Amino acid sequence: MNDIVLEAKGVTRTFMISGGFMKPKRPLHAVNGIDLRIRQGEVLALVGESGCGKTTLAKMLLGLLPPTSGSLELDGNPIETMNRLRIAQTVQPIFQDPYSSLNPRKSIGSIITLPLKVQGDKDPGTWRKRADEIMELVGLPRRVYNNYPSQLSGGQRQRVAIARALINRPRIVICDEPTSALDVSVQSQILNLLQDLREELGLTYLVISHNLAVVEHMATRVAVMYLGRIVEEEDAGTLFDTPKHPYSKALLESVLTPDPSLGVPDTHLGAAYPNPLDMPSGCRFHPRCIKALPHCSTIAPRKIPFGDGHVECHLYDENEGKGKLAS
Amino acid sequence: MTIDTAKAPAETGHQEPSPGTMMRKRVFSHWGFMIGAFVLIAIFLMALLAPYISPGDPFDQVLSRKLIPPIWSDSVKATWDHPLGTDHLGRDYMTRLFYGARISLLIGFGAMLISGIIGTTLGVLAGYYGGRVDMVVNFIITTRLSMPVVLVALAVVSIVGSSLTVVVWVLGLLIWDRFAVVMRSATQQVRALDFVTSAQALGCSTPRILLTEVMPNITNHLIVIATLEMAHAILLEAALSFLGLGVQPPEPSWGLMISEAKGMIFFDPWLITIPGLALFALVLSINLLGDGIRDVTAPENRN
Amino acid sequence: MPAHSESKRVLEVRRLNVEIPVPTGMLRPVQDVSLHVDRGETLCVVGESGCGKSLTSLAIMDLLPTKAKRTCDEMQLSGDNVFRIGERAMSDIRGDRMSMIFQEPMTSLNPAYTIGNQLAEALQRHRNVSKAQARERAIYLLEKVGITAAAGRLGQYPHQLSGGLRQRVMIAMALMCGPDLIIADEPTTALDVTIQAQILHLLADLQREFQMGMILITHDLGVVARIADRVAVMYAGQVVETGTAKQIFNAPQHPYTRGLLDCIPIPGKTKRGARLGAIPGIVPSLVGHMSGCHFASRCPQVHEACKTGNIDLLPTAQPGHLSRCLLTQGAGSAPRETEGAAS
Repeated sequence: MNDIVLEAKGVTRTFMISGGFMKPKRPLHAVNGIDLRIRQGEVLALVGESGCGKTTLAKMLLGLLPPTSGSLELDGNPIETMNRLRIAQTVQPIFQDPYSSLNPRKSIGSIITLPLKVQGDKDPGTWRKRADEIMELVGLPRRVYNNYPSQLSGGQRQRVAIARALINRPRIVICDEPTSALDVSVQSQILNLLQDLREELGLTYLVISHNLAVVEHMATRVAVMYLGRIVEEEDAGTLFDTPKHPYSKALLESVLTPDPSLGVPDTHLGAAYPNPLDMPSGCRFHPRCIKALPHCSTIAPRKIPFGDGHVECHLYDENEGKGKLAS
Repeated sequence: MTIDTAKAPAETGHQEPSPGTMMRKRVFSHWGFMIGAFVLIAIFLMALLAPYISPGDPFDQVLSRKLIPPIWSDSVKATWDHPLGTDHLGRDYMTRLFYGARISLLIGFGAMLISGIIGTTLGVLAGYYGGRVDMVVNFIITTRLSMPVVLVALAVVSIVGSSLTVVVWVLGLLIWDRFAVVMRSATQQVRALDFVTSAQALGCSTPRILLTEVMPNITNHLIVIATLEMAHAILLEAALSFLGLGVQPPEPSWGLMISEAKGMIFFDPWLITIPGLALFALVLSINLLGDGIRDVTAPENRN
Repeated sequence: MPAHSESKRVLEVRRLNVEIPVPTGMLRPVQDVSLHVDRGETLCVVGESGCGKSLTSLAIMDLLPTKAKRTCDEMQLSGDNVFRIGERAMSDIRGDRMSMIFQEPMTSLNPAYTIGNQLAEALQRHRNVSKAQARERAIYLLEKVGITAAAGRLGQYPHQLSGGLRQRVMIAMALMCGPDLIIADEPTTALDVTIQAQILHLLADLQREFQMGMILITHDLGVVARIADRVAVMYAGQVVETGTAKQIFNAPQHPYTRGLLDCIPIPGKTKRGARLGAIPGIVPSLVGHMSGCHFASRCPQVHEACKTGNIDLLPTAQPGHLSRCLLTQGAGSAPRETEGAAS
């Protein structure tokens, strides 16, 4: 089995948005050239805020949206050559909102066994058994099989979503903010569960999250996204100890740890906000960057490799690979 | 197994009842629903059992006993043989009323079915696919909305000829717009929910998604619109028959009965009042039922 | 704009209860809640969903649904009674002496009117000022909340602004009349993490400058630690622990507070990949009467005595730090029956 579960090269996605009445359509560059490589057993965290393109990227990785350009390979196979079912067997999602990710009109049993129905386990006799198996694995009591989503709590629903995603043992699971909509006491249960399942079933995760505390806890590698590009990618420990890109630094500074002796940090980002319809020229982050150099507004930074990862920032231009700031 | 079920939420005594149980509770406590359902069922039974409960024959003309007033009038002519009197051709009115219910219900139901299928298909496809499909469907809807229904119906019927079948089809092919608009918006809302994306990610085919994921979540809207359009069709048929281009005499359509009675409105007012009230009762009960269904299936919308 | 009164205590609420009749009985989402906020102080009310924190703030503003009934021993805004004063008097106070900031700025701002219009209206509803004066104050406050070129923004509509900007406008609107108290209900939950930090920073600055009292409702313990002067932890309709931020975070007394703090991964402190703490079980139903501690069914240290009787907020060894737990130090080391003493 291939060690590289997912590989994306130069993936872009552009949408044509109506410009208004009688005006021509304008392009929305949601994803602007993403390179990703996820290995078996890794937990890659994709971190970014609204407008960075992470949701669009997730849809492309799930095979639900074709990239405008670039290549995507799942398990070594180009995604265009894979049929819908094969993609579904390789990659599965877990969504943020446990209230909208389950069909309210279907019973839990029928929700969890849907993948079996669709993806080819043609023997209905085994469905109940396999459902029971996965339900036990995710910590759902057996009697829940005949219940409806409205009868379950948020945490239980998220477990159902996890069971549904895992029942056919996909190679990689894409978790889109898996705990953001849950209460704190339930979040920890689900995070522990995801951790346990990863060890038990040898899973690989792509976790999309804006909660850096969760990311720091779970991830092995982190990729920071800003306006459609990955501005920094690195193994988790290194990123949290020594973030390089000014945006990564600002993000980390914004994490509010429960320390009462500290106040609220000032991230010096200014009032501008990232608008993918109105991309800044040069480096996309320059309007908000306190360390912006004069040429940041005209020349887009290249990908500069750094140890195990890379960063896209002019501050590191002259000292490529040396991990030092340009003077 | 390293996963410890003990960490799953503990059972508590209080379990939320199933959605089915909750619905049944709401149904029986909603007076609008119960009244609407009761009256509609009564009219339905009236139509169904018409041959068995009618005092006479709806087509039997006996001119010697024409214009007998109903049983509650002071006139000496009133008799229990004809509790609701007779019309200008001596036909028993109660019988015509019961048989008239058949026509109204048949047309209402038939037109509702046809328009429902057309409108729902268009609306669901437009709502699910969006883009070009939506544009085309919107164009079709706009075209239909710019047509005056009654005039078009009249024109078609006068060309093709008026009979029960023609009326059902003409109405069915004209009143699907509300279905399309409502189903489209309902589908759009459901389409945006994660469980649909999840089904796509599972590899479900589009027909399966539309039938098993989308439809069950929009049926409550469908039922409400269906009841409203049924009432709409019934009123349209009455109007068409009143104008002479719907059901033809001697069929006992309520609209036709009203038309035939309009000349005698001052002298024998029961002739126009009775079918008028019947029409009113039928349409009101359908509307109450529709409101009730909406309230019962989506109580959070009720203020 | 001068403050309305010079009293130090901006809000005093004693024993607030809310009851709502539901098909299955009487729901009691807020039980025996007492809060107070001083001038220039931030009180954070923190809890998970269903704990009653939002309803508490609505009860204070008298914005509960019609079926709800509230009772309390005392509710005073800067020394003036604001309980049972009638809707007319209450609506004069809302927006003027007491303002609220909500979670979703898009639905709190009317999309059909410009922000200048809405800001001016917030002032003109309560003060006899001209349109020009209202406009001036709007510009002043927009600049205070960090919106540059404020005069030009007045003609913009809410949909033309980003989430962070809209929330700043909401804050400006809340400040138009110079309120004594601001209640912010999850003001940054819907915002991006970097914007959240900016908005909280802004709120802290504004509060220091204008010396208002602020109640900030949130479920995010990080926010609480960084911005709160005092904290009230709510669980199942009750305040289970209250004290200064340092007291609550450095020495939490109530098992629920401790459980919550164990649940969150803290970068730098929690070992990466280690199991997080968890609170098993689910919140009990608040319909009908519940005797004993509401947390008893999930508490790792529960005793028999915890399951009966009425448990009050008990003092701990630290002044101002109270905990609704029989095991609280300072209330005696062994659990004992409380007979509603000191009620």
